[in-house]
Amino acid sequence: MSEEKHHIVSFKTQFMVLLALLLLTAISVFITRFELGPFNTLAAMLVAGTKAAIVLAWFMHLKFESRLFIVMVSAVVVLFLLVLFVTFFDYSYR
Amino acid sequence: MIEHRDDLGDKMGMWLFIFTELLLFGMLFVVYAVYRSMHPEAFKLGGEELDVALGTLNTVILLISSMTVAMSITAIQKGKKNLALALLSITLFIAVIFLVNKYFEWGVKFEYGFQPGGAELLELGQGTILFFGLYFMMTGIHALHILIGIGLFIYVIMKINKDKIHQTDYVWLENTGLYWHLVDLIWIFLFPLFYLIH
Amino acid sequence: MSEANNAHNVSYLEYKGQYKGLFAWIFSTDHKRIGLLYLYTMLFFFSLAAILGLLMKTQLIAPGYTIMGPQTYNSLFTLHGIIMIFIIVVPGLPAVFGNFFLPIMIGAKDVAFPRLNLLSWWVYIIGILIVLTSQFLGDGPPDTGWTFYAPYSFRTPTNVLPAVFGAFVMGFSSILTGINFVVTIHRMRAPGMTWFKMPLFPWTLYGTAWIQILATPVIGITLLLIVAERLWGIGIFDPALGGDPILYQHLFWIYSHPAVYIMILPGMGAISEIIPVFSRKTIFGYKAIVLSTMAIAFVGYFVWGHHMFTSGMSGRALFAFSFLTFIVAIPSAIKVFNWVSTMHKGSLNMQTPFYWAVSFIFVFMIGGLTGLVLGSLATNVHVHDTHFVVAHFHFIVFGGTGYAFLAALHYWFPKMYGRMYDSGWANLGWGIFFTGFLTLYLPMFYLGYLGMPRRYYDYLPDFHGGNIISSLGAWLMISGIIIIFANLIRSARHGQKITEKNPWGGKTLEWQVDTPPTLENFDQIPTITKGPYEFED
Repeated sequence: MSEEKHHIVSFKTQFMVLLALLLLTAISVFITRFELGPFNTLAAMLVAGTKAAIVLAWFMHLKFESRLFIVMVSAVVVLFLLVLFVTFFDYSYR
Repeated sequence: MIEHRDDLGDKMGMWLFIFTELLLFGMLFVVYAVYRSMHPEAFKLGGEELDVALGTLNTVILLISSMTVAMSITAIQKGKKNLALALLSITLFIAVIFLVNKYFEWGVKFEYGFQPGGAELLELGQGTILFFGLYFMMTGIHALHILIGIGLFIYVIMKINKDKIHQTDYVWLENTGLYWHLVDLIWIFLFPLFYLIH
Repeated sequence: MSEANNAHNVSYLEYKGQYKGLFAWIFSTDHKRIGLLYLYTMLFFFSLAAILGLLMKTQLIAPGYTIMGPQTYNSLFTLHGIIMIFIIVVPGLPAVFGNFFLPIMIGAKDVAFPRLNLLSWWVYIIGILIVLTSQFLGDGPPDTGWTFYAPYSFRTPTNVLPAVFGAFVMGFSSILTGINFVVTIHRMRAPGMTWFKMPLFPWTLYGTAWIQILATPVIGITLLLIVAERLWGIGIFDPALGGDPILYQHLFWIYSHPAVYIMILPGMGAISEIIPVFSRKTIFGYKAIVLSTMAIAFVGYFVWGHHMFTSGMSGRALFAFSFLTFIVAIPSAIKVFNWVSTMHKGSLNMQTPFYWAVSFIFVFMIGGLTGLVLGSLATNVHVHDTHFVVAHFHFIVFGGTGYAFLAALHYWFPKMYGRMYDSGWANLGWGIFFTGFLTLYLPMFYLGYLGMPRRYYDYLPDFHGGNIISSLGAWLMISGIIIIFANLIRSARHGQKITEKNPWGGKTLEWQVDTPPTLENFDQIPTITKGPYEFED
């Protein structure tokens, strides 16, 4: 038997999410045309991160799931970023 | 075997599998970050060799396919079997197009001799060799995941057709959707890091 | 289905499902049978790898060529490592005792995904078979060590590819087990069993499962990169093409350090089960053990560089990793205090599981303390890649996971088989094994301190004396293992039958179900009202 009533995301919402993602894609292509030095990567990653958050929240339904899932996903992301950070203790200081 | 149904548990299991994929690709991004920090100029030049238009096209269609698979879940939840099948077919179609595009992209690189071990590549210096090594490795493994996704979509379409997935039991579709969004997520990061550095 | 053979009347060993004979086992989705499948596979390969170790020690009994030359020796320690790490201690306690007892200890009828569970064993077997092909193909068995360091691992002509690919496949087995256990623990605890009423062995399985999920993909991709390097020359780790071999080491150890916590945490969990029962006293500091388990699992992700102190990392990395290594030692030490405090003023029941548990604490402490010598930069430089390291990890992995595994086996054996082993032979085996173990490995600390390198088939005459003692210790230890295994194997089939549900007086749920358990473990899922270690007397 299925337990609780599952939240249904409307077609309209999903379409709006796509528009947001396409807009952000256009922004990232546009913004990287300019020579911003190290900020190029930062800008691109911020946009990518925003897109990822939107996909996670709406398409992957995290916004409507129990808090446990959000905690798990966040913990994994934090762990990964820390591993990246610690790796650069070596590479940034050689 | 002991039968019990736990949709939330199934979903949790899928998320845990997704975490393994995030770590798998994540480490490739770590390798990318390390080598880009060591060879910033070569990576920039390498990025300029890639076709931004084709990359952007692939990004756009993949995003659309994420929407169509999400919509297919809404359709099933509303009991609209044929709409769900149509949306999934579009998703499947886009997945195939993505791979076709990738095939042509890679084809061009092979013509230039930029594949791993290619004579022209070996002339171009270490940073460029690393850039293309990573490019093929990462887009290659990503493409493999698209292929697996195609298999999953075919399976899910068949199951919906036979009413094994339906309005009150669709966790297989949800989990396939989650897998597909993961594939999309990886590309969301691959795209700027390879195509948008110039 | 006949009355006499249904899920509630017959033990899981005798239950007759849709398959017959061997297929009733290798196609079974019963978590208990899957646990035994892993156990028997491990028994076989452990014996094989132990013989390899014995051959290596025999080679080392004297300087120069004794029974083999350098290429053979290198292949032997490589295979010994691959088997012991990937086939024995990483699956280890979770695959055997986690599979068998996790559902029972939390009041469930099986794990969350029984078919994935069976798949995990099949994937494990396939991975093993792929690894084994590396021994027999034309170019010779790999000689890289189980660590497959670049660039040698892609330059050596030996059969590295099947070895690393087999290990890659085995990684999926670990991941599947991890996913299964996390979901099982979240979703299938009996009514009333809140997180803090769950026993400690499941808690350690939970922490371990997260590491299996989050760390294994790292070795997965690393091994795939070696495959890509060997097949296509992508250059990621090849210094000639711009790659950094140290980056290989980073990637390798980002998995392989957390992997040692996969190995040890469930062992600590089993010890935490045994000590209260044989002290007839509740565990001291239940919450401290839970929190220290989670702390070890988390902090353990950030210490990997201590395997690389002499590799060429930056000074900042050296300091950071050494510091973090000292931090991670703290929660482990906390557990030792907890176990000893549990025994203090307890009513000690001197039986085989308890001997294993107490000797575990002893050897684990030696392993852990020598880990501090290795974690400290100044001393590490002198003992890295010497036999000091070999001694350290055998104390902590063999002494840790190995002793805990044997403790768990002697503890849970009656429940698993409905038979009791001969405690006289078990204790004799333990005594001989323990003496042999110390004789084999203690001299290695001294030899390493003197400068004897590891992974060499030969050594300077200065090191001869210590090696004689050590190699004789190997023979003694193996004798002990033979006695232990023979006793257990014989007793599983012909040991004294028991139906007593609770032969040791334990308080956790596995001691309330039938001996051996029925297919579904419980006739009725219990409702939990108490914590797991309440010994009233």
